[in-house]
Parts: sequence; structure tokens; C-alpha cells
Amino acid sequence: MSIKVNSQNLNSHMFLMIKLTTALMLAISMLMATYLSSHAKVVVDITKGNVEPLPIAVSSFSGELGPEISSIIEANLRGSGLFRPIDQAAFIQKIDDHNVIPRFEDWRVISAQALVSGTVVTEADGRLKAEFRLWDVFGSEQLLSAQYFTGSNNKRRLAHIISDAIYKELTGEGGYFDSRIVFIDESGSKLRRVKRLAIMDQDGANLRYLSNGDDLVLTPRFSPTRQEITYMSFGTGEPKVYLRQIETGQFDVVGKFPGMTFSPRFSPDGQKIIMSLNQDGRSNIYSLDLRSRTTTRLTNSSAIDTSPSYSPDGSRIVFESDRGGRQQLYVMNADGTNAQRISFGQGSYSTPVWSPRGDLIAFTKQTGGQFQIGVMKIDGKKKERILADGFHNEGPTWSPNGRVIMFFRETPGAKGGPKLYSVDLTGRNERLIKTPNFASDPAWSPLLN
Amino acid sequence: MSTGHSILKSPAIVAVVLGLALAGCASKPKIPTNAGGLGLNSSNINGAVAGSQQDFTVNVGDRVFFTTDSTSLTDVAQQTLAGQASWLLRYPNYPITVEGHADERGTREYNLALGARRAAATRDYLVSRGVPRSRIRTISFGKERPVAVCNDISCWSQNRRAVTLLTAPTG
Repeated sequence: MSIKVNSQNLNSHMFLMIKLTTALMLAISMLMATYLSSHAKVVVDITKGNVEPLPIAVSSFSGELGPEISSIIEANLRGSGLFRPIDQAAFIQKIDDHNVIPRFEDWRVISAQALVSGTVVTEADGRLKAEFRLWDVFGSEQLLSAQYFTGSNNKRRLAHIISDAIYKELTGEGGYFDSRIVFIDESGSKLRRVKRLAIMDQDGANLRYLSNGDDLVLTPRFSPTRQEITYMSFGTGEPKVYLRQIETGQFDVVGKFPGMTFSPRFSPDGQKIIMSLNQDGRSNIYSLDLRSRTTTRLTNSSAIDTSPSYSPDGSRIVFESDRGGRQQLYVMNADGTNAQRISFGQGSYSTPVWSPRGDLIAFTKQTGGQFQIGVMKIDGKKKERILADGFHNEGPTWSPNGRVIMFFRETPGAKGGPKLYSVDLTGRNERLIKTPNFASDPAWSPLLN
Repeated sequence: MSTGHSILKSPAIVAVVLGLALAGCASKPKIPTNAGGLGLNSSNINGAVAGSQQDFTVNVGDRVFFTTDSTSLTDVAQQTLAGQASWLLRYPNYPITVEGHADERGTREYNLALGARRAAATRDYLVSRGVPRSRIRTISFGKERPVAVCNDISCWSQNRRAVTLLTAPTG
């Protein structure tokens, strides 16, 4: 059990300073009215490789929408693998008023370490108001309380934001529940798959399609700063990298390149797109500044250089190259200088993605006819951890807090196809992300709030 | 930001490419090197009009195959391409598109690049045999358009291919 007394006085105001960074966010107004947190005594220590999930009681929120909100919170916490929500049938106390101090002894009896209570009401102006409190059952004190307002169509986000607040309070790390996934929805025969850009909440809810399947589309990635994605589309001519506004559906080719462009990704400040350009069979890496429209060539080899991904501070780029024979991972400075190989294990390595925390690279590894997902330290040597193994695992993407990796796993044969999975950084808690059709190329958004 | 594609559109090219790609879908898990094997109007194999699309795919062979992760042209591939070049020089009115493809046993981005490298190698061979480079367009489909979908090497080897497609004659 990873319960310990944490003497550190958490600066609990920090994480409720909501950043309204995007147009979508403007639809939501969240106000913190009360904030009473002081010392956190219940914590989930996620620094260890093997975490015992924290038993937590999420009591049904009061109000018409309350039970739905609290059940989403419960599902989020369970899905993280770090919490074990206790069956409500075991609850002794029924909390009708979350403003009254709970009978902690009733919650100790069922071994709950933490307790969540709350309410959701519809205001006169139609907005939803949610209040919640997080209690340390054995410390007999409140850890956190907060109040949020939002439009009536944002109830799931309300639940995700509360889930993130609980996650952060108890783990000491930022959450990832208030985020989305953009991916490729796949339908039809494997011989001529129909592929559509699709977007959904991280828990699979609110799926909607951004393209109609007429054009073959691949590898969508979120902008870190705007409601935009970059992706590759075959259109009706030469395949190119595109930029697309999520809300308006406006799209355009990125740059004027004399050949196929592919494998795009944003820079951490959202101002550049980095990608591969193929010319006469040679694939090199270029960056394009979205404001000045200037392009910069970053690699110059006769090999296949692709899958570039910036470090979180934008100073370096990890990419794959077969310049040494097989595909391996290399890190270079953001200006293209000083490329150094970082992968040295048995097999070939591809699709590197830099962790948002900056310390790890997630990758696809092919060895012995199998496709694995793994992570390695930047210095590479002999320090990799394989998180998923099998016939075909490909294309990792990081949760905003760098704790969870999502990827796709393909089953073989004519009827086979890809599905999305998530797995904890430690290799535990692998989960299928439910999608209506086959799904591939997931990319995780930053936190929305 | 404008909307819409800025890519050149050519309905004629699209029509021919689609026709062949769909024919490819009907293939059985054996290695076809001509349209007969692709289910293209097989009753007319021997009656293909000289200089026609059918003549090219049936009597010359429209595709070459590669080994895993390789872009080098095998002896068989070079023979096929030499035949293609002769035919294309005899019938100079067809612009052509060379499609490069990869099997499913690779990652998506790498396979796009690999398909491009195969298409380029194929084009370069045709050019070395006298076909004007300006007649040849290349495109890579990576692993996105297999012609065989069983789960073993007999299918994967059919998918590692470069296919020469005739587009509408210009004159």
C-alpha cells in the first residue's frame, strides 16, 4: 500500500488556475469559489514500478445529473489503474449533503482511503454548477474542495476536470482525463480500407468524424496550442501534409514542397510543423514555420529519415533513420546538427515520440517478427522497457502527463485490423479503448483546461 | 487559410488508376504479374489489342516485386521493366504512374518512404532504358493498399511491389 504521510505543503491553488488557451475553452467558464485544501496525507506513490491501487469511495453526487457525473469520475479513476473505486453497495453512509463532514469511521470500515462527495445543480441561467470535496478518510480531514460552472453540454468535461483535480491531489502529478484523442477510423475491406479522421474524449465518449472517408488520411497529430490537427492526406493527387481546423473543418496543404510530405508533428510552441519530404526516394526532415512560411531542411541523407518529434523544450528532435542499415533512433539538435544514434537493442526501432516530461522516448520496435511498444531513456543504452509485445503493436502517443501511452494493435489476416490500447508507463494496466470500428494512429491532445 | 485542395486534379488519371486498383482487389493469394492473374477480363487475354492497356498488363506485366525492406530490382524485375520500357517506347502516348507499395510488416511512416523509394528505383530503371522521365509520375501508398491479405509471406511478398499504370493517352 502506497499510503504515506506527505509533509509537503502542496500549493493547491496552482492547479485550479485555469488556462483558457483555446477557442473551445471559451465555451466553458469555470469558477473556483471555495478552496480549503491544506495538507495532503493520502497520496498514491506512483514513482514505484508496482503500484497498489488506492481504495477510494466515490459517493453518488446529489442532483439530477449527479450520479452520471460521479460515475464518470469513478470510471476515470479506475481506468488510470492507480485507484480502486469501492463498490457502492458496500457503502454504509449515504451522503446526502456533501457540505457536512462525513462519518469517517463508516468509510474506514470499508477500507476507503479517500472519499469523494459532491453535487451537480442546474443554475437559473441554465449553466451547470458542480461542487465536490475530497476527504482523507484515515486523516479525518478534507483535502480539497472546489466548485465549477459550465454550459449544460459540457457535463462530461465537468467530470473529467474534477477527476484531474483528484488525481493531481493524490498523486502529486498532473492529470490527463480532460483531454481528447484524434485517430484514424478504419472501415471496409482490408484491400481498400476507408480511413476517416475521428476525434473523441480520452475515455472514448463524444466520438465524431472530421472527414468523410473520400480521401485516404493518416497520422493525425494535435496542435499543442490551437484547435488544429496536422495529418497526411492523399487527396486526389500527390500525398501531402495538411493542417486542419477542428471546429470549422477548414484545411489546407502545409507548405509548397516538391514531393510527398508525410509524418508531420507540431513543435511544442505550436508554431512549426516538422515532417518528412520525399524526393527521388530520399526522405529527409524539414521544418516549416507557420507564421513566416519559411522551410528549413534539417537532415540531408540518401536514407529514410522520418517520424521526427521535438523534445518538450523544443531544443532537440528525435527521429528514425535507416542511414546505418536498419531503422534506428537518432537525436539531433533542433537545427539539424549533431545527430547521435540512441537505440542499440536487438532489432529495428521506429516512430519515436518524446515524452511530455522530457525524460523518455516511446517507440515501436521490431524484433523476431514481433512488433513491440517500449520506452527508453534519451541516452538509450540498454535502458529500455517493453510495454506491449505481439504480432503488431505500433505508433505510441503520450498522455499529457507522460504517465500513459496509447498505441494501436493490429490482428492478422483478411479479417484482422487495428484497435487502440492504452498502457501505463510501467507496462501495467493495459486497456482496450472502445471504438465503433477499427482504429489506428492515435494522438493524444494536451490537457484542455 | 483557404479551403480545398491545391493539388492538380486529373479525372482521366484517377479513372484509370482506380480501375486497376480495384482489379487488384480481386486477386488470389498467388503472385500475379499480369492482368490475367488480376481477374481483368481474362477471356480476352489472347485477344488483347496491340498497344492497348490490356496488351501492356497481360503481355508485358505491370508490376515488379521486392524482398523485405529492399528497393533493389531483382533479375526478374529488371526483365519485366525492360519489357515495359520497350513497350512504352513503342507506344509513346501514354503518360505513366509508378506506384510503390510496402507489405504490412513495417511501421506506417517508414513504409510510405519505402514505397517511394521502390517507385523511384522502378522509374529510374525505366528512364535508364530510354523512357523519358517527364512521362513518369511516382506515388507511394506505403502499406495502405495491399493486394493480398492472408497472414503469411506469400501474401506479404505480393504486396511489396511497384506497379506501372498507364494513364489516358495524350495523342
